[in-house]
Amino acid sequence: MSLLTKKPVDIQSIRRDFPILDTLVNGHTLVYLDNGASSQKPTAVIEAMNEYYLHTHANVHRGVHYLSQKATQQFDRARELMRVFLNARSGKEVIFTAGCTASINLVAQSWGRANLKAGDEILISTMEHHSNIVPWQLIAEQTGAVVRVIPMTDSGELELDVYERMLNERTKMVALVHVSNSLGTINPVKDMIHSAHRIGAKVLIDGAQGAPHLRIDVQDLDADFYAVSCHKMYGPTGIGVLYGKQHLLEAMPPYQGGGDMIHTVSFEKTTYAELPFKFEAGTPNIAGVVGLGATVEYLAAIGSRLVEEPNVELGGRLDACFEWIGDHESDLTKYGTEALSEVSGLKLTGTAPHKAGILAFTMDCAHPHDVGTVLDNVGIAVRTGHHCCMPLMHRLGVPATTRASLGIYNTKQEIDSLVDGVKKVKEMFG
Amino acid sequence: MSLELRELYQEVILDHNRHPRNRGKLEQPTGFAEGHNPLCGDQIQVYLHMEGSTVREVSFEGSGCAISTASASLMTEAIKGKTLKQVEAVFHEFQEMVTATGEAAEHPDLGDLEVFGGVREYPVRIKCATLPWHTLKAALKGQEEKVSTE
Repeated sequence: MSLLTKKPVDIQSIRRDFPILDTLVNGHTLVYLDNGASSQKPTAVIEAMNEYYLHTHANVHRGVHYLSQKATQQFDRARELMRVFLNARSGKEVIFTAGCTASINLVAQSWGRANLKAGDEILISTMEHHSNIVPWQLIAEQTGAVVRVIPMTDSGELELDVYERMLNERTKMVALVHVSNSLGTINPVKDMIHSAHRIGAKVLIDGAQGAPHLRIDVQDLDADFYAVSCHKMYGPTGIGVLYGKQHLLEAMPPYQGGGDMIHTVSFEKTTYAELPFKFEAGTPNIAGVVGLGATVEYLAAIGSRLVEEPNVELGGRLDACFEWIGDHESDLTKYGTEALSEVSGLKLTGTAPHKAGILAFTMDCAHPHDVGTVLDNVGIAVRTGHHCCMPLMHRLGVPATTRASLGIYNTKQEIDSLVDGVKKVKEMFG
Repeated sequence: MSLELRELYQEVILDHNRHPRNRGKLEQPTGFAEGHNPLCGDQIQVYLHMEGSTVREVSFEGSGCAISTASASLMTEAIKGKTLKQVEAVFHEFQEMVTATGEAAEHPDLGDLEVFGGVREYPVRIKCATLPWHTLKAALKGQEEKVSTE
């Protein structure tokens, strides 16, 4: 049963949480449709980080003094918030990293070096971001493992029957994107994980675009690893999370050595710290972690506005928030898809029925770079190019696309501006 | 359409984008090179027929934005019949024009190529305008490695 009240969310109140949205660009109010590249930050997150630097900063996990303890408290609290966000079993399964890319590299190198040998197979998909391709190519080169690619239909859906046939006793790792950054396709990762587990393979999910749009439940998905980037989910840059099942993380060798990740050090023998610290060498991005904690609280606060009963716990508030995000963004995506479909000479890329917040397209009359420049001229920020998915662009047969990617603060009026902008492109180049 | 945008996308540029001149392969070229802008995926191939040190024929193929397509098209028109030395001088002046800061200067020697003067206001688009020229330079040198703007 839905937790939501019938009361609609006042989108203007959400927009007021993001002061940057008032920016004027070439005399036009900014229309920010580049959330897939990086979302904007609410005041609550910016202030939490400011507050931390103004009144709390010291190194964590080592000082006996007041500030160090206060900083450690906030740091540990953020880990607990993120544990609930992902529904991990324990904070030991929540590793702070520099971002989604760092999380994937950690698994590829640490898990990969311990578990891959010549002839083993790593499955990735056609729609992977370079960050979920290159780390696997690197470890494949080092170990003699082979990277194989799950094909995709023209509408942007993975060919699941082919995937099932590709799985075999040599398959050791399946690395899949949850939500495609270029197409918006939401992959059926739960079923795909189930299939991979049947033959004993492990699965890493690239959740860079999953976490901003979907309520993530790593236990329900049964993911072995789940990688998140915080700056795409309204949090600060330079911070990410790797979720890993505890028994897998425990069996993995450390990725980087240094302070914080050790138990004892001598020149003869070093023993490593417990999880999660084993994978967090060096002084962490404390302000980033504090900002991330504030991000989870901000999203939960949106949930609070929607839940009727008071005292709903954090997980329930996040459930409500993401239920609303899902409805809001799918409304906008549907509205945008219909409006853009009516523009002749415009072709949408990525038309899977199950998708999240991406309107990507090509135009007969103009190259995406020109589309981007004309849109920027009227204050609309979109991404143009290959979106770090060169193999996918090759599969689609285009050098590049124009991509509008939606977030919680976007409105139908902004979609109208995008459509007007696209019509200007046609006037100019058509 | 705003004034700045008109300044960037001048009629001549739009025309050469719609109807590129000297587009296609040359049979048995004496010079050939490929260029690539990884940022936006622009690809260009430049074909040359040299007679001594004079450009007898030049053509291009590839896919790119309006700026890079028009730049390639206008470049082929500008250099046909010119000597190596003259081509180098044009390239030098062209590059100076699109990367100049401060007040816009006149570039009467560039002829039609002067329409790219507006590009300097759009730093991320400068590479679009210069990619064909860098590729040409590689073709003149007989460089086999792909030219990249990055």
